[in-house]
Amino acid sequence: MTTTREYDIVIVGSGAGGGTVAQALAPMVAQGVRILVLEQGPRLDDHEFTGREDEMAPSLYEDGGGFLTADGTMTLAFGRLYGGSTVVYTGTSLVAPEHVIRSWCVPGLEHADLQRRSEKYMAQNQVHYLPRVLLNENNKLFFNGCHRLGFRAEQFPLNLDGCKGSSLCNLGCPNAAKMGTHRVQLPEAERQGVEVVSRAEVLRLEERAAFVRVHEKTPGGKGRPSEWAPGEYEVKARMIISCGGSVGTSALLLRSPVTAGLSGLGAGFTCHPAHILVAEHDHEITNDVGHPKSYYLDRATEEGFVLETCMYFPFTTAKNLTGFGAEHSALMHAYRRLQMIHVLACDKAVPENRITVDRSGKAVVHYTFTNAVVKSMVAATRTSARIFFAAGARRVHAPSADPPLIDRQSAYRLDDLITEAHFLPGRISVSAAHLMGGCAMGADSAGVTDSRGRVRDVPWLRVADSSLFPDSLEINPYLTIMALADRVAEGVQIDWRH
Amino acid sequence: MTVTVLEPVRATFRAVAATVVPETHALDTDGWATLESAVERALAARPERVRAQLVTFLRLIEYLPIARVVGRFSRLDASRRTLVLRRLEKSPILLIRRGFWGLRTLVMLGYYTQPEVQAAIGYRAHPDGWATRRRLAPPESRGTPLITLEVPRLPDDSTTG
Ligand SMILES: Cc1cc2nc3c(=O)[nH]c(=O)nc-3n(C[C@H](O)[C@H](O)[C@H](O)COP(=O)(O)OP(=O)(O)OC[C@H]3O[C@@H](n4cnc5c(N)ncnc54)[C@H](O)[C@@H]3O)c2cc1C
Ligand code: SF4
Repeated sequence: MTTTREYDIVIVGSGAGGGTVAQALAPMVAQGVRILVLEQGPRLDDHEFTGREDEMAPSLYEDGGGFLTADGTMTLAFGRLYGGSTVVYTGTSLVAPEHVIRSWCVPGLEHADLQRRSEKYMAQNQVHYLPRVLLNENNKLFFNGCHRLGFRAEQFPLNLDGCKGSSLCNLGCPNAAKMGTHRVQLPEAERQGVEVVSRAEVLRLEERAAFVRVHEKTPGGKGRPSEWAPGEYEVKARMIISCGGSVGTSALLLRSPVTAGLSGLGAGFTCHPAHILVAEHDHEITNDVGHPKSYYLDRATEEGFVLETCMYFPFTTAKNLTGFGAEHSALMHAYRRLQMIHVLACDKAVPENRITVDRSGKAVVHYTFTNAVVKSMVAATRTSARIFFAAGARRVHAPSADPPLIDRQSAYRLDDLITEAHFLPGRISVSAAHLMGGCAMGADSAGVTDSRGRVRDVPWLRVADSSLFPDSLEINPYLTIMALADRVAEGVQIDWRH
Repeated sequence: MTVTVLEPVRATFRAVAATVVPETHALDTDGWATLESAVERALAARPERVRAQLVTFLRLIEYLPIARVVGRFSRLDASRRTLVLRRLEKSPILLIRRGFWGLRTLVMLGYYTQPEVQAAIGYRAHPDGWATRRRLAPPESRGTPLITLEVPRLPDDSTTG
């Protein structure tokens, strides 16, 4: 049996886009507008964030963090809970580069406008630089390595309040210190009367209606039961705003008869494909204590990559090292001496990289590493190896080298050892967490939406999330997603008045 | 008794696991049960198709070496097993490479997510962060820091975290 409910505005998804839209529209509730957020994942209570890798990854991420692209050569990480990926993000807060926004050529979208809105959310999310006293040695070594090579590493602004330096950000902060939409925007929206229903998966959209399945809480699983009784619902709405993320929104629109035929839908997927690189030092360093991500080196314009500090948990580390057996184990046992760098390639939208759905409606992400991406990742790996050695590392693990372990004595041969020929998809681990595109903004027929997220020819439907990006952003995207969502919400308010 | 995915291919799975993570060689019955139950949990969340592919792939690994007249995989010595798996890892066929990558990832999931194993390799992350490492941190508060930044100032040294 299907239960029917009626609202004025329905928001699908509660991550960076959905949380922002919910808060921005919340004042409309006082004018009698009924607003509902439908989130397919659960709502976790504070005490459930234990920081344990075995418990948290399956509870926070789609497919436990192991969502694979169609050919199985890359894992995509994205959150599936109240707060979306902002629950698991690291909190680095950067404003979009001006040249990128200009290159998107979206009519009506100005960098100055995005910057102004980004700054609003930086203030809301308490963005600041960590004081030096709280930086760990993993981060300092990166800075020093860059400095010795003549690079200037930049410090990340971070959105923290009360950070204890547990280094567990990507498993959900156990100290409620990281400012995701689950901490800031959603609670504020709910305080003003926006309703949020968790475990509510939107199966498809029809003319001004969302068809929803509310799931039971799995026995022994984390999170509260849904606010609604489990079952099937038809939720009628005057306007629907899809904020399911790049993969979630694209898949939802592709399996909805009203939108499935939209030209460009699912196209232009980019994700900053990434490696986790590891180096071993002679002595222990502070690495799994302190905020994990304090510095980055932006080589996007020059060489198509960005390097960031990072520190991952044992299983994530093990999975990302190439190879197996005694050498792999030895490196794992050197955990306290490990320094890590996250290498991100600035990929470009190409026709073959796109999102589709299978017969059951599940998202399928097709992604091929273009020559340009392979080149960037190899160049990034070489530069990282130089930084590691300049920082004093004894040996470096480079996925695109064979064998992957490179001793200090061989440091002078890095260009020969780390090569594109060794970038063998399926052998090396590549992962991505900056998923972008699928419902690109653009001029007229070039875009699925306009710069306010209005879906072409579907007046009751908007998009407000990372799927709007017409191409990759070349930096960490959450602030830009919030800025775009804020624009979409403003457009909704303007249109509502008319 | 619950039917498990690994049951029909357990010997091969354990032989692969002991080659991928040599420490598993020393696991007792309880140790294997812990590792395999984590793997089974992960598999339970996957589509039936993926579980069937895993079993087929493990069977392939078991019987592949017979073609080269060296015997079944689970009866080979450690160095021969390593050679077989290295061939899969670097196979010219993507399907084989990703099959092996998936299998090694499952083994590592079963092993490295165990809190005891994490402690044994020296992992110490704790929700209380710096407070649990009074001896080490925060660096500036313990006199001479091991590693200092090679610049005089950061963008905003005065802000508190
Ligand atoms: C591990 C990790 C670290 C990151 N670190 C950073 C960082 O430091 N800085 C930065 O800028 N960015 C970072 N990012 C990226 C950033 O978090 C994302 O780009 C951003 O959150 C995406 O916002 P979104 O609204 O598009 O999607 P999400 O935040 O992923 O939210 C989408 C939500 O929609 C829900 N949903 C999807 N489909 C449906 C449906 N059909 N029905 C109901 N609900 C649905 C999902 O469950 C999810 O909760 C990180 C990401 C990850 C995974
Ligand atoms: S490092 Fe700080 S923000 Fe990250 S999880 Fe730990 S306490 Fe939370």
